[in-house]
Amino acid sequence: MSSSTTTSNVLLIDLHVKYIQSLDKKRDTLEYWITEHLRLAGVYWGLTALDLMNHVDALDRDDVIAYVKSCQWPNGGFSGHVNHDPHLLYTLYAVQILLIEDAIDAVDVDKIVEYVSDLQDKETGAFKGDEWGEIDTRFSYSALSCLSLLKRLDAIDVPKAVEFIMKCKNFDGGFGSTPGAESHAGQIFCCVGALAIVNSLHLVDGDLLGWWLCERQLKNGGLNGRPQKLEDVCYSWWVLSALSILGKLHWINKEKLFEFVLSAQDTESGGIADRPGDMADVFHTVFGVAGLSLLGYPGLKLVDPVYCLPKHVIQRRGLAERYKV
Amino acid sequence: MTLSPYDLKSNYGDVTPIDQDDGPSPIAPIAYSTEYSTAMAYFRALVRNNEKSKRALDLTSDIIKHNPAHYTVWNYRQQILFTLDENLTKELEFVKGLARDNPKNYQLWHHRQVIVEKLSDSSKELEFINEVLDDDAKNYHAWSYRQWINTHFNLWDDELPFIDTLLKDDVRNNSAWNHRHFVVFHDLDAIDESLIQSEINYTKEKIRQTPNNISPWNYLRGVLEKSSRDIQELESFCKEFTDNDINSMGWLVDIYENRAKNGDDQAKEDAIKICESLANKYDTIRKAYWEYRKDEIAAPSS
Ligand SMILES: [Zn+2]
Repeated sequence: MSSSTTTSNVLLIDLHVKYIQSLDKKRDTLEYWITEHLRLAGVYWGLTALDLMNHVDALDRDDVIAYVKSCQWPNGGFSGHVNHDPHLLYTLYAVQILLIEDAIDAVDVDKIVEYVSDLQDKETGAFKGDEWGEIDTRFSYSALSCLSLLKRLDAIDVPKAVEFIMKCKNFDGGFGSTPGAESHAGQIFCCVGALAIVNSLHLVDGDLLGWWLCERQLKNGGLNGRPQKLEDVCYSWWVLSALSILGKLHWINKEKLFEFVLSAQDTESGGIADRPGDMADVFHTVFGVAGLSLLGYPGLKLVDPVYCLPKHVIQRRGLAERYKV
Repeated sequence: MTLSPYDLKSNYGDVTPIDQDDGPSPIAPIAYSTEYSTAMAYFRALVRNNEKSKRALDLTSDIIKHNPAHYTVWNYRQQILFTLDENLTKELEFVKGLARDNPKNYQLWHHRQVIVEKLSDSSKELEFINEVLDDDAKNYHAWSYRQWINTHFNLWDDELPFIDTLLKDDVRNNSAWNHRHFVVFHDLDAIDESLIQSEINYTKEKIRQTPNNISPWNYLRGVLEKSSRDIQELESFCKEFTDNDINSMGWLVDIYENRAKNGDDQAKEDAIKICESLANKYDTIRKAYWEYRKDEIAAPSS
């Protein structure tokens, strides 16, 4: 299980496909059960990576749809796995998976809309992650992305949602999780993506934020999520997607980032790690592949930077390019 | 895991454990036998019976210790705590114990916030947060939680001395600089010329101590934004660093660009020259960015 020492300068698609297929077969490990609460997320990460690598069929479509359905609750929300509580994050993952499989009608969409819109705080416009009340701009993104994918943004107070996101904008041009919280690449992706979905990118200082984002690239080509932090494949995606939405993708040194992501591959067992030499996981695998796709790596399907879904899925949904300023 | 299957049997003899239903294949049910899975089977049974009891609370403690990211168990734990009217101060100890090994766990921080809000007592919080920041001074959860404590309990007095200590320790700590902005400018009525000036002086000193540190430069921008002052006044300061600080060079580009917009052709030339040396020598990885800046400056203004 240790990561290999050899590196490859090409994307090892076949190996990564096998790696993702193998994830569901590791049931003899405790880790498999400990991560049970985010199994639905794992399916989204795996399936998106597979589709981008032109192997969406590597997971059985009927099984995937049946599994997603089994995670829906009577209140419309989805849980990370059967028998867990519903949560906004998993509700978005469920919708994303079903759209990849072109099977959104397999579930009760009206109920999803009801679940998501009930999580908006009417006063602040913020979104709670679930009934327990945690507030975070990640949830603002999840809600806006989910409802936009379902074409039901009418169900919430969009101006209020934007108002809350803008309260989380910082003096350095970035965004944090709550008003005043430090700028962070993951939160910036969420806020910029959410603003793009509701055609509000004019509220972002593109040059200032673009500078902050491209300043994340380190000498080794990798990107970090905040100043002085370590480079990481997943942050590379969040920075990259935000830059792409702002139309400034070319501010990143593409060749060096290619090198960094490819060097984080496990050349023996497949998968991509957070950085070279670490253990691969499906989370960093999808964001590594998505990053390469955004940078135009040959042989991959195009990814949509706003929805983090294959572009053809967004096109099929009739949502392509509608977020462009 | 402290609960052995034997303990489970003796404590939960009246409960029929419910094995995991893994849904349809390929995520099909298979037999797995660990202490964890046994505890989970009892947990599912207690939830199904809606049992809010001391033993249910103990079971959630054990499961959470084993798997702190299991958000469903946390949710149920909260319900039990409030239903049984448990001692919430004791609960803070439980959270503190977990934070040592799981400082980046989302559930733990939110849970603590809910408990503290309910207790209406913040007396232990700064100490708790400080302990976490002692291990990792950039822990995002700890900082966001600290800001909630500051705001919710109107606790501001300890903040600047605390930030000062952290910045003495590591002047590159971006989280501490961000928090400084949060604290200094939390009261809009308190912002005056002398506050702005003292923040500018403080930041300049930190920049002089350690060049090539983007955080105080960003902070400086944030300070100026809160005043009517102009970046032009920082020209001579920026020049102190000549060619050894990318940030000061970038600021000079901004300063000269502003002047160029007002028709200063020398400033325009200077700005273009700095962009070129950043693109080709000092910050080559961001060549495209500096070329964009150069083109913007060089373009005839419309
Ligand atoms: Zn990562």
